[in-house]
Amino acid sequence: MKTLFRWALLVAAFVLAPLAQAADVFPGTKLLFDTGKADIPASAAADFKAIAGYMAAHPEAKLKLSGYVDSTGPADLNKALAKDRAMAVSAALKAAGVPEDRIVMQKPEDITAGDGEQARKVEISLLAVAAAPATSATPAAPAAPAEAAPPAEAAPAAAAPVPNKGDVAWMLVSTALVIMMTVPGLALFYGGLVRSKNMLSVLMQVMVTFSMIVVLWCIYGYSLAFTEGNAFIGGFDRLFMKGLFDPAAGTFAMAATFSKGVVIPELLFAAFQATFAGITCCLIVGAFAERIKFSAVLLFSALWFTFSYAPIAHMVWYWMGPDAYTAADVVDAMNAKAGFLWQMGALDFAGGTVVHINAAVAGLVGAFMIGKRIGYGKEAMAPHNLPLTMVGASLLWVGWFGFNAGSALESGNSAVLAFMNTFSATAAAVLAWCLGEALMRGKASMLGAASGAVAGLVAVTPAAGNVGLMAAIVIGFVAGFACLWGVNGLKRMLGADDSLDVFGVHGVGGIVGALLTGVFNTQALGGPGLVTDWVTATVGSNGIATQVWIQLKAVLVTVVWSGVVAFVAFKIVDLTIGLRVTEEAEREGLDISSHGETAYSK
Amino acid sequence: MKMVTAIVKPFKLDEVREALSAIGVQGVTVTEVKGFGRQKGHTELYRGAEYVVDFLPKVKIEAAVDDALVERVIEAIETAARTGKIGDGKIFVSPLEQVLRIRTGETGKDAL
Repeated sequence: MKTLFRWALLVAAFVLAPLAQAADVFPGTKLLFDTGKADIPASAAADFKAIAGYMAAHPEAKLKLSGYVDSTGPADLNKALAKDRAMAVSAALKAAGVPEDRIVMQKPEDITAGDGEQARKVEISLLAVAAAPATSATPAAPAAPAEAAPPAEAAPAAAAPVPNKGDVAWMLVSTALVIMMTVPGLALFYGGLVRSKNMLSVLMQVMVTFSMIVVLWCIYGYSLAFTEGNAFIGGFDRLFMKGLFDPAAGTFAMAATFSKGVVIPELLFAAFQATFAGITCCLIVGAFAERIKFSAVLLFSALWFTFSYAPIAHMVWYWMGPDAYTAADVVDAMNAKAGFLWQMGALDFAGGTVVHINAAVAGLVGAFMIGKRIGYGKEAMAPHNLPLTMVGASLLWVGWFGFNAGSALESGNSAVLAFMNTFSATAAAVLAWCLGEALMRGKASMLGAASGAVAGLVAVTPAAGNVGLMAAIVIGFVAGFACLWGVNGLKRMLGADDSLDVFGVHGVGGIVGALLTGVFNTQALGGPGLVTDWVTATVGSNGIATQVWIQLKAVLVTVVWSGVVAFVAFKIVDLTIGLRVTEEAEREGLDISSHGETAYSK
Repeated sequence: MKMVTAIVKPFKLDEVREALSAIGVQGVTVTEVKGFGRQKGHTELYRGAEYVVDFLPKVKIEAAVDDALVERVIEAIETAARTGKIGDGKIFVSPLEQVLRIRTGETGKDAL
């Protein structure tokens, strides 16, 4: 990330310099009015904006408006028309933000006669100012710093992009929303699904795992995931969050977004990503709930986070940022620094692979290795509080707007698209799950609706800002049915006691979402397409088959990576502190046996 | 004296209580219970997992009554608790050897 920032500075030097030059050229314009009319042509709005921008950047500049009086026709009428037109232009400039005292109208006696098209024009030009303003404005002052600081450093420092307050505000809110998704959202969703004797153990496993991962994230996780290293894992440049904030200088490092020249504080990016790392590890808890040792959860989470979450996040999301792509000849070098799956071209807007497939596979491996709960398949293990599950699912839905729309990293169009898609895909999945249940067994259930919501949210995660509006509804609908199969047919086929269906919902939903993102990203199917050339930020589309194949490869890499890491991590935990509580403790319930308290007074 | 024990559907409790008051029964004891009889339980389906719930919730009403009142008590409960559908419950009548009111020490019929 440090290198990324260094690149951003270089970009500032190379790209912004010509841009700044361009801004130095006065965007003068001639407005052509309709014959006999003083209405501003609609096409002129952009010109006014450009001029206002120039004026804001050059506080000493003044504008001159000059027009012509038609040489044919009644002289009085023509003179009045010329004046009206000049006044209209002046008013429009004022509306665009140019102060009145910086607009100089032509003196009536200076107005020259013109004919034909010329007679219908008003010209906006710079008032020729002599050296007077320049000399009055702090002479000699610029000379001193220019000598003190080497010019190479002075230039980028002046051009360093400043974060937009709207972007920062949105990302702060998004970060808090993802925390809400986890505690209490996910904790309640899971908590309601277990038996009452294990309620607190699940709440504890979620809350404490989340807290531990956030601390690990600050210590080394962020650095491993989001600094330059190789294609699979980052380095240690940001160990202990080093360099994100310089208290002595009072400066903050900036992180790239998806738009050239748009940045957010890197510390904010790190905080946002911390919540993702946290919730991903918490998702796994659902697979081995009601029988695992509390210490085993924590040790496993720390291991898996280090060797699976951080690398997969690096592979999918680490790249040099749009500003690094300054020219065609650096593209290959920049691409080579990005993560393995990013280089492959995998689309994952908010973490379908990184978060959901990653966690689901780890959960499934855990369910196999820890074994079934005592009495599984014989005793009733019905959810003890579905209202809490519904509350949890609803908090997840709301929080997911931070998760998905926040993943745009800016408060702009992409965030809006992700927001709406997250909204509608979820609604479609609720309907699909309920419809599936009603068709299969005649009744739609509350648990089904809540599960459908989560299925839709999971599936739309990779798709959020990558597909069109109706595609999101299709993805939600397909995911609703697919995940219903995931917790029924597939679950019976797998034969593991995945207590709260982490794989059935997050695994199946994640894979469906990842593949359908490949289908619906193309502009041919109403998708926004993808950036095919980051130098020019040109948007195009891949062929559907091509993109789906890329998506499938990304899914397979994630499945294999997470599966292997989870297997080894569970094995290590099993051999050191052991995975399961004793049979007696499991029968008594983990609330009492692991935590010494009960959720509900009897 | 007899102890009349009735197992009825929970939503019939109020009607039974009113009917008993109307014929002069001074007090009853009510307990929420579960059990099974000829009425089958139901199945609950949570995602893929299906659970058969065999024990259904019922209300147990116990009333200690004088021999003279027994027939009317049985009839009142029967009328009030009947829906005509399976699962309406049962009434058990058993002899009661002794009754004692703790506050006054009265025994037998006086304590009822």
